[in-house]
Amino acid sequence: MSIYLDHAATVPMVDEAAAALTAQMRVVGNASSLHSDGRAVRKAVEDARLSISELIGCEASEIIFTGTGTEADNLAIKGFYWNAVAANPSRNIILSSAIEHHAVKDPIEWLVEHDGARSIEIPVLADGVIDLNFLRDYVEAHRDSIALISVMHSNNEIGAVQPVAEVVAIAGEIPVHTDAVQSLGKIDFNFAKLGVTAATISSHKVGGPLGVAALILKRGLDITPVTHGGGQERDVRSGTFNAPSIVAFAEAAKVALTKRDLEFKRISELRDYAAKEILQAIPDASLNGAAGLPGILNISFPNTESEALLLLLDSEGISASAGSACSAGVARPSHVLLALGRSEEEAMSSLRFSLGTTTTQQDIERLVEVLPSVVSRARAAFSVKK
Amino acid sequence: MKIVAAMSGGVDSAVAAARMVDAGHEVVGVHLALSSNPQKYRSGARGCCTIEDSHDARRAADVIGIPFYIWDMAEEFHDGVVENFMAEYAIGRTPNPCLRCNEKIKFAAVMERAKALGFDGVATGHYAQMRETELGRVMYRAVDPSKDQSYVLAVLNTDQLAGAHFPLGDIVKDDVRKEAKARGLYVANKPDSHDICFVPSGDNAGWLRDRLGSDVGPIVDEDGKKLGEHKGAYTYTIGQRKGLGITVPAAGGEPRYVLKIEPKTNTVVVGNHDSLAVSGIVGERAIWCGPVPAESTEYRGFAQIRAHGAPLACTYSHDGGNITVALDEPIYGLATGQGLVIYDGDRVVGSATVCATE
Repeated sequence: MSIYLDHAATVPMVDEAAAALTAQMRVVGNASSLHSDGRAVRKAVEDARLSISELIGCEASEIIFTGTGTEADNLAIKGFYWNAVAANPSRNIILSSAIEHHAVKDPIEWLVEHDGARSIEIPVLADGVIDLNFLRDYVEAHRDSIALISVMHSNNEIGAVQPVAEVVAIAGEIPVHTDAVQSLGKIDFNFAKLGVTAATISSHKVGGPLGVAALILKRGLDITPVTHGGGQERDVRSGTFNAPSIVAFAEAAKVALTKRDLEFKRISELRDYAAKEILQAIPDASLNGAAGLPGILNISFPNTESEALLLLLDSEGISASAGSACSAGVARPSHVLLALGRSEEEAMSSLRFSLGTTTTQQDIERLVEVLPSVVSRARAAFSVKK
Repeated sequence: MKIVAAMSGGVDSAVAAARMVDAGHEVVGVHLALSSNPQKYRSGARGCCTIEDSHDARRAADVIGIPFYIWDMAEEFHDGVVENFMAEYAIGRTPNPCLRCNEKIKFAAVMERAKALGFDGVATGHYAQMRETELGRVMYRAVDPSKDQSYVLAVLNTDQLAGAHFPLGDIVKDDVRKEAKARGLYVANKPDSHDICFVPSGDNAGWLRDRLGSDVGPIVDEDGKKLGEHKGAYTYTIGQRKGLGITVPAAGGEPRYVLKIEPKTNTVVVGNHDSLAVSGIVGERAIWCGPVPAESTEYRGFAQIRAHGAPLACTYSHDGGNITVALDEPIYGLATGQGLVIYDGDRVVGSATVCATE
């Protein structure tokens, strides 16, 4: 059995979701059809929509189901941008944090390269939280030129939770999108309370199936679609309703939110224990980012390469993830760690352990037990390369 | 043993990795990223280095059921192989970058990293055989003469060979493809690679011209008489006959061949076929793949001077650093910089880099 410490990548599907998924998969009917088969499926979809809306504090009609979190992020970034420049071509600045996921970062870059957008990144402070003073000053000076602001709710690599409510206050009338994929089911996330214009959530990060996510988009607001077709989701997103996955998503979200507070405490304690033990055993290791999300532990191990650490951990049956990003199949320093002020070498020597609902005390003890020898072996490999 | 299987994305290295698993080893697949700016798709006969190839390698590892990693060796490859390739051409030599890659990357940088990480050796899809004999662990030609790659491996010293594994040495290529198919490795039908991997177009001359410039210079005969002009001396190869663009006919109408490239004066020397004849070769930087032959002693054996060249009967001796070869029969056209490999029958004795001919 492997020790799975990569919950930020994806988590095991919960039984309730798997049961709902398989049951719904056997039900025939396109949720857009008007006959009784179609209506029955539509009812299941709308029940799920309602259920999710209650869990995250939004109206059911504010949920736009998409295929993936990446799709929802693309829809928000491009949709808001196109809306803004259609109304006023000089409103072409997109503000985003320097530590966004590629699902936000890359559509912005695409708009810059192909569609006249200007991108401004909000720097982060050493703890991984955005610099609100920078944001305040920038918005004050350029308010009329800003198409949208996108700041993630919490970061996938370092777990830092962002002050999104403050961003909303600063933004005023400017639309604010937040990628809340990592937050749902782990920390408090309430759409209405937060006041954002749009938010992204994803099923497989909360124990639901892959292939379904949602953009929560304020009622009454329509953004320019990316995909065109049947207009199933409020004319903003087209495509046949993925009923089995939507139904299972709702089940998974229910389970995750029911357990959330207890799990927050349990996982935070495990994470803190792991951090303490690892730093004790490997004194020159250092944490990246302040504690935010309960399960994320990002650590730099000087004079190693994360890919060597991963190889060695994998051979010990431990699944973790690198503090680096794959570019053309080759590890490159993560833009998140660089934004924190880490050097390229530090970024390339980082690991992210992400704990979750399946993580046990024994898992962490095993990690703490093998890590020192893994690090020393990776150091030997590193010194060969130098 | 714990083994790193270098996986290019081609059929040979995939089957080699699978065979190591079958032999009971704990195998981890590693794809070497050798280009810092890889192309997305494979084109022509390049066998590695594109993103598509790394996907193929990963897929093969998944089918075999072994872990898979990509090791970024682009910097080492550039410094150790590409730079050397250019530097050698710039001084008028004709290097073989595959030899260099085996010597400096696959069985050096990769081997060292593997050993530091706790592995015992490196396996590749090269066609050659390692055998335990009374001489120790020594290298022999592969059973498939058309695929034998012992020539490009002869730059490995005994330390390097101690950790080297070539699971395809006893199998012919057709059977490798059949075996790949039977194992569900869909790379079974992937074409063989034969170009220089870092020259995607296959146009070596153009590639060199772009990097070393194309200063026009004289083409002269053996007496120094100017016959024409060339466009960059290092784009010519010893023994080359075509594309010289000489309009002055030779006395007697014999075709002319490139005899020599003199980078200092940017001169290409041409002459008749007989002038290409070589019967004595001196190679520098001797590397021994097994026991070191006694110095200043003449041995009978075979010399090979190209990857798929014929074995040439010869007498050889060495003085520690240089190997001197007297061929039984002359050969025509041998450039400095080429690899000189010495065989005792099918056993690889050692190698050197051709530095002088007569």
